[in-house]
Amino acid sequence: MQWFAKFFSRRRRYEDISISIQEHIDERTEELMADGISRKQAEQTARREFGNVSLVEESSREVWQWPAFDSILADLKFAFRRLRKSPGFAATVLLTLAIGIGANTVVFSVVNGVLLKPLPYPDSERLVSLWLNAPGAGGLANFSNGLQLSTSMYLTFSEHNRTFQSMGIWVPSNASVTGVGEPEQVPSGVISDGVLQTLDVPPAVGRWFTQADQDPHGAKTVMLSYGYWQRRFGGDRNAIGRVIQVDAQSREIVGVMPRGFRLVDREFDLLVPLALDRANQKLAGFGFSGIARLKPGIQVAQADADIARLIPVWMDSWSNGPGTNPHFYERWRISPGFRSLKQQVIGSIGGVLWVVMATVGVVMLIVCTNVANLLLVRAESRHQELSIRAALGASRMRIARELLIESVSLGLLGGVIAIGVAVAGLRLLIAFGPTDLPRLSEISLDALALGFTLALSVLSGTLFGSISALRYARTKASATMGSTTRTASTGRARQRSRNALVTAQVSMALVLLVSAVLMIRTFAALRNVEPGFADPQHVQTMHIWIPDLLISDPQTATHVQNNIADHLAAIPGVTSVGFAGAVPMENVDPNWDGIHVEGKTYEGGEPPLRLFNFVSPAYFNAMGTRLVAGRDFTWSDLYDLRPRVIVSENFARESWGSASAAIGKRLRQFDSSPWQDVVGVVEDVRVHGVDEQAPAIVYWPAMHNDPYTPKPTIDAPRFVTFAIHSDRAGTESFLKQVQQAVWSVNASLPLASVNTMQEIYSQSLARTSFMLVMLAIAGTMALALSLIGIYGVMSYAVSQRTREIGIRLALGAQKGALRWMFVRSALMLTGVGVVIGLGAAAALMRLIKSLLFGISPLDPLTFLAVPVILATAAALASYLPARRAARVDPVEALRAE
Amino acid sequence: MANNPNHRDLFPGALEVMILQSLRLKPMHGYALVKHIKQVSDDLLPVEEGSLYPALQRMLKEGWLEAETGTSAKGRPTRIYRLTDAGIRHLEKEVVSVEKMFAGITRVLAVAKI
Repeated sequence: MQWFAKFFSRRRRYEDISISIQEHIDERTEELMADGISRKQAEQTARREFGNVSLVEESSREVWQWPAFDSILADLKFAFRRLRKSPGFAATVLLTLAIGIGANTVVFSVVNGVLLKPLPYPDSERLVSLWLNAPGAGGLANFSNGLQLSTSMYLTFSEHNRTFQSMGIWVPSNASVTGVGEPEQVPSGVISDGVLQTLDVPPAVGRWFTQADQDPHGAKTVMLSYGYWQRRFGGDRNAIGRVIQVDAQSREIVGVMPRGFRLVDREFDLLVPLALDRANQKLAGFGFSGIARLKPGIQVAQADADIARLIPVWMDSWSNGPGTNPHFYERWRISPGFRSLKQQVIGSIGGVLWVVMATVGVVMLIVCTNVANLLLVRAESRHQELSIRAALGASRMRIARELLIESVSLGLLGGVIAIGVAVAGLRLLIAFGPTDLPRLSEISLDALALGFTLALSVLSGTLFGSISALRYARTKASATMGSTTRTASTGRARQRSRNALVTAQVSMALVLLVSAVLMIRTFAALRNVEPGFADPQHVQTMHIWIPDLLISDPQTATHVQNNIADHLAAIPGVTSVGFAGAVPMENVDPNWDGIHVEGKTYEGGEPPLRLFNFVSPAYFNAMGTRLVAGRDFTWSDLYDLRPRVIVSENFARESWGSASAAIGKRLRQFDSSPWQDVVGVVEDVRVHGVDEQAPAIVYWPAMHNDPYTPKPTIDAPRFVTFAIHSDRAGTESFLKQVQQAVWSVNASLPLASVNTMQEIYSQSLARTSFMLVMLAIAGTMALALSLIGIYGVMSYAVSQRTREIGIRLALGAQKGALRWMFVRSALMLTGVGVVIGLGAAAALMRLIKSLLFGISPLDPLTFLAVPVILATAAALASYLPARRAARVDPVEALRAE
Repeated sequence: MANNPNHRDLFPGALEVMILQSLRLKPMHGYALVKHIKQVSDDLLPVEEGSLYPALQRMLKEGWLEAETGTSAKGRPTRIYRLTDAGIRHLEKEVVSVEKMFAGITRVLAVAKI
């Protein structure tokens, strides 16, 4: 209220000042008149003696003001009034800025949500992923997980470590839930003791698992995710204590985890205790992810050293059964390479996101140069006004400040609209972005992102405003007022700064276009790679899991799978059906182990590890994987347990020189295992994605003798993926029939992960296509903006040089030559921009080398085509204003002004 | 403002002291103040209108002066400035420090002459 009162008393003060000064001048005038001077002259003299009335009034008023604020307010009002008067200009600038800032806000939100924000666990910086390096373990230790932990490692490490507050292991899985509505297969997490303690997020309802829950002979329990609890139990607190059937095992619900809780990077519906039986553990079985919470003050390196000490202890404490050498694993050279959990979750996406961020950053720079150019043109039209103000005593600072205030308020207004653009953009991105983007659900427009938008708005406003502010604050009043008279064309200096801006724009656009085209070429190269399967849009896949508790005998399980395959094959339109332990590009490796080829000796006595898959007859046919030599399995190969295998072409070449030579040759897993005959060779399959080399694969019959048990026992995969080849794949009616076919065999078997091979294939290209789309959008924006820039500068040059053009025409210049004059100058600017841009692109493209495939970062075709495209587009953009120049009527032009 | 070789710039606060001292005699309006100072100083001290009016506002803000509606000698409305108690106290303090300064300057100049 005091402020309010002050505001009104201030108005009275201002009035007082004016009255006092008026009286001062009047009195002096009368005095002079008394000396016999005419009223008019007396008044003039009085005013001259007094000095600048409005200046004195202003500086008197300033005593009562918060001076900077008030004059800035006045400048702001003025800026907005001027913007309202030129809505076309305002709309162009604001829209350009909104798109530019909006795009940056979207990408920043992603970078922030994925890379910058800490993981949503308490003291998350103390969480580590127990990554083990094992250079001797071949494909078992891969790029995404290292060598995973075995259960025996967990027992040794968790009991003897000195650096962890807690540690645990877990494995993602799928669980069939029966007894609540239709049978359903849901994602689950199997966790050991220590996992919940390490993540340290308390349950929303009920309790965590305790030691008792981890007892293999104790009560069977389960925890739910918040989402599953809401979906299946409507958020009812009485769900605690209820019993559900998980994989045909009755389990009591003991707790519900809170909303948004993820098991490291996994969404899950159920958590199931691992319940290890100490008595049955072996050294092998490297299938678990390990996580730990470091004790306060402990560094990752200390933890590494601690566990390195325990690896020999582990080998001494466990074995793989009688007659095996527990120190065999020394050859794998296992060493801890722990990393922060965040690093593990983010994976390799960091590089991609920073490239995208840099890309939209460059687009923002282009936006700024474009707006700067528009402002320069606009300031030009105010030239006279600004010079007059300078002549009347406005300081340079004052004029520069006004121009800056105008541009910063443009930036801020653009930023406000940009928030709308960003909200829409983020929705699109989350809907269509790559689903393998980690932490996608954590992306939001939070305070930090809004702060970024604000900072970017102010910064860009200052950036593009300072160019015209610098130009105009420097001008000398006399010079500028003189140059607007009837001279031929405007000063070269001003044209020069606009030219520099256009050149910068062209070079930045070139860099973006080159990267976009390289990405397109990468994508095309990837699409050209033979993946090892065919006709993916007509191959329907689905997971079916037959739990031990439902059907305990593996032979019966195989019969059930066979039965399902037969029922599926009977669906109209189905040409072939098969199943396997895993289909390509789903990131499931059924097994890796060493394979001895008959008659070969290996360095160090141990053969390299090979990828295993377990397949049914007709699986290759359904997938469209070509049989290069020999034959497929038959059902009797399976049921009679005949020692047969099929190998991949690269394995056949490596072992026997050619595919056909492999037929009839023999291999085996252990010295004690029987020899297996190679009956067929199939083409190589890029199971880990088209950008990864195809591994050597040994295909076993789905039902086979388990090589890991001392006595021959039958084993069959219980988790299999069916592949159904049909023209109707993916349609609603087809899926209904598939479901009916499965349930007609066994009504408690759920279907899961129902996808066509095409979807799985596209998913594996998701990261590349995401990059492609982002760079293509950025490149297109950059091209459009720089063409607008070139067009704008040329149009303005033409309008400024109308008189000169008139004179030239009057003196007999040819219209064609005139047109060429303008197009040529545009091409000159483009040329300089292209040269700078090519240099920058050559330097920068090395940075995205890891994202490219089958193409050099200095791909000559790209580096040739993009400049040609740019130059052509620039010529077109400048041709329109050039044609206008040639149409100038010399008489009109010379008469004007 | 104008660089007149006959007049030197006043030291900071000098104008204020002169205004306060003048108003102590009697409340005056702006033009009367200018004339008064010129007269009393025999035209030796210029008072620039450009400094006078902002100075008056500053002193109003400090609470040394009060402004009241009044009429000029010719009967036109104007604002009369009057010294407040705070203004008197400030003036007395300032006069002492100005006198000290002059005494100091005089002594230094006297020594320099020898």
